[in-house]
Amino acid sequence: MLGNEAIAHACVEAGIDFASGYPGTPSSEVVDTLRRQKVRDFYIEWSVNEKVAFENALGAAWTGVRSLVTMKHVGLNVAADPLMTSAYTGVKGGFVILSADDPYAHSSQNEQDSRVYAHFARIPCFDPAGVQEAHDMMAAAFSLSEEFSLPVLFRPTTRVCHSKSDVELGEPAGDHRKGSFEKDPKQYVVIPAHTRILHKKLNEKQAALAKRLVELGFNRYEIKGKTGIITSGIASEYVNEIVPGDVSVAKIGAYPIDEEWLVGFVSKHETILVVEECAPVVEEVVRQVACETVIHGKKDGCVPYEGELDPASTAAAFEKAGIPYNGDFPGDISPAEGLPPRPPILCAGCGHRATFYAMKRIFGNKGIYPSDIGCYTLGLQLGAVDTTICMGASITIGSGISNAGDENPVVCTIGDSTFLHTGIQGLINAAYNGANMTVVILDNRITAMTGHQPNPNTGVTAMGDPSPAISLEALCRTCGVSFVETIDPYDYVTMIETFKRAKETPGVKVIISRQPCVIDARRRGIKRKHYFVDAETCTGCGVCVKYGCPAIEFIDEKASINSLCSGCGVCADICPQGAIRSEVKR
Amino acid sequence: MTGSYDLLIVGVGGQGTIFASNIIGEACLSGGRTVRSAETHGMSQRGGSVETHIRIDGKYGPLISPGTADLIISFDLLEAVRYSHFLKKGGVIVSGKDIVVPTSTFQQGLEVPSRESLEKMLSGTEYYIIDAVSAALEAGNMLSQNIVMLGAASHHLPVKPGSLLEAVKKQVPPKTVEINSKAFEIGVREGKKQP
Repeated sequence: MLGNEAIAHACVEAGIDFASGYPGTPSSEVVDTLRRQKVRDFYIEWSVNEKVAFENALGAAWTGVRSLVTMKHVGLNVAADPLMTSAYTGVKGGFVILSADDPYAHSSQNEQDSRVYAHFARIPCFDPAGVQEAHDMMAAAFSLSEEFSLPVLFRPTTRVCHSKSDVELGEPAGDHRKGSFEKDPKQYVVIPAHTRILHKKLNEKQAALAKRLVELGFNRYEIKGKTGIITSGIASEYVNEIVPGDVSVAKIGAYPIDEEWLVGFVSKHETILVVEECAPVVEEVVRQVACETVIHGKKDGCVPYEGELDPASTAAAFEKAGIPYNGDFPGDISPAEGLPPRPPILCAGCGHRATFYAMKRIFGNKGIYPSDIGCYTLGLQLGAVDTTICMGASITIGSGISNAGDENPVVCTIGDSTFLHTGIQGLINAAYNGANMTVVILDNRITAMTGHQPNPNTGVTAMGDPSPAISLEALCRTCGVSFVETIDPYDYVTMIETFKRAKETPGVKVIISRQPCVIDARRRGIKRKHYFVDAETCTGCGVCVKYGCPAIEFIDEKASINSLCSGCGVCADICPQGAIRSEVKR
Repeated sequence: MTGSYDLLIVGVGGQGTIFASNIIGEACLSGGRTVRSAETHGMSQRGGSVETHIRIDGKYGPLISPGTADLIISFDLLEAVRYSHFLKKGGVIVSGKDIVVPTSTFQQGLEVPSRESLEKMLSGTEYYIIDAVSAALEAGNMLSQNIVMLGAASHHLPVKPGSLLEAVKKQVPPKTVEINSKAFEIGVREGKKQP
């Protein structure tokens, strides 16, 4: 079972009543699994962003129900505002914040560590080492949240979320609670007079909390010799795989770490190596409590700060710290050289590619192209993405560049889901402050990159109920934009004409390029005729191949179209020879 | 060391590497064995290079380190070479014969190594090349190439071919059980022929 599926099942076992989230790899399958349950007796939603998801789930927890909110690590930045103060207000029903970290940034813009947020907010944090433990910790996370009336952070990493393993599951909870909000302004209204008291109460919980995590067995150790390893999360699996029998191991599964307990381990060893991924969270506590023991870890270069660990890199850390290990990891290994790379690319027939192509035709190499987070970040390969930093930042970075005085045309690209996430505010701001720029909303009606989750633009909720699809046109006009045009990316000629008009018009222009995601369209049974290249007419000029569609190949100096073709027909429009045509049924 | 049998399934996003790993996982579970695997999701799916790590009888983490894999099953010859450094001394590669040419090479005018030169890069290891396309066509559906490859690799897997076939039948869509069972058997036959 996939880690995220096991986590979702554990939530059902814990009897959750409310779940919300914003999709983000590697966290998305938790809510996706929950919403696909055949029998579902709890509320679930995909929210428009992580702050919104967080506050919804917090409100639910204040009514006494068990509530879950999911996001990826960078999503927690968006939700950080309510996070920090929710630690003060506390909760009534169990409230678990799942924030999945992505060491090695497999599909993320950074490698930040959610454990630091838990420390910052002074709330407990669970750090599972594998699929089974992620499952088992979830029930504990809900009950600990209720025991201490605190939000609990749950932090799996990519190799937990997207690992499969045999798992022992429990039974789904039978009964559910119904939310009922009891007014208590001293708890829920954080005016200064209240919040000063709440802050003191939060701090007073810490010592008992740390002790409780040891009692519950999440932080544990076994002393075997004068050398010890302290490890956390999935790194503890790599340690277990290679650690010799006479080396002690302490496993940190939850935070805050009880310092008295930790001293009991550290002081009995001459040498200690701390092995963890991401930030040196455990290591800093260990260094604080260590007196005479020599501590190795990230700070002395034994363990890398960046990327993810594996058995071989863990063995390398042992070696640097002078600790023997089991196993044979050949050191002189390097991948084969000179192979052509195979990066992920936009699908055959993806509307984003056509939009990028037309956009570049009109705005050229001098155009400045801030972009955003989604499939379309892959437009980098088409030379159509100049900046990406975080969700919603295409429009704001663009208006910043425009208002800083750069006179080159600024053309931002942003997906529909990302626009609804945090793009709107940037558009309001750009229109209000008189930026000169074009905003292209790449509208494929769904949140495609993370696995096709619905959003307010899709016309259906996470529960599968129909909901009115939002009008992006009306929304953009309301934001103060008068040039709002909708185009079909498969209609190349109109696209070119619309981009030209946008270039000639001053102020903020919005172009909505709308065509359903090809993967989603295919699943819904939409079929188009394939295209083919007439070899007689093809001169081998290579224009279509530069377009970068995976359905177009170049064989023996001529273009040809393979079975990936989804029939968008844009290549037929861009071929200067007219050599590409629609297949005729015989 | 850990007693696990470690294999990688590699290929191009969309070729069914995760599905193939699910079948191996299912076969292990039905035999009461532990298994750990790690897959590529998200960004890497879209036509990119993908890898799934599987550790049969694995008890620890799912990741396999370079130079330690017992087996690599590759659906694409280029990807077989790309991941060949994961193989341990004495390990085995079972690869499809064909190469999906990366689109970026057309865009950037890069050269794609020939089948011969790729095979040369594998020399020194025990490798088997399978014509998965012909085998899948013989079975009756191009899409069954991943099942063909599983069948071909079954000679090396520490799982009984019978339980693999049962897992195939359980995991594929009901309508395609017959074609996929045939694809598996053809794969077993093709895998035996070599080298």
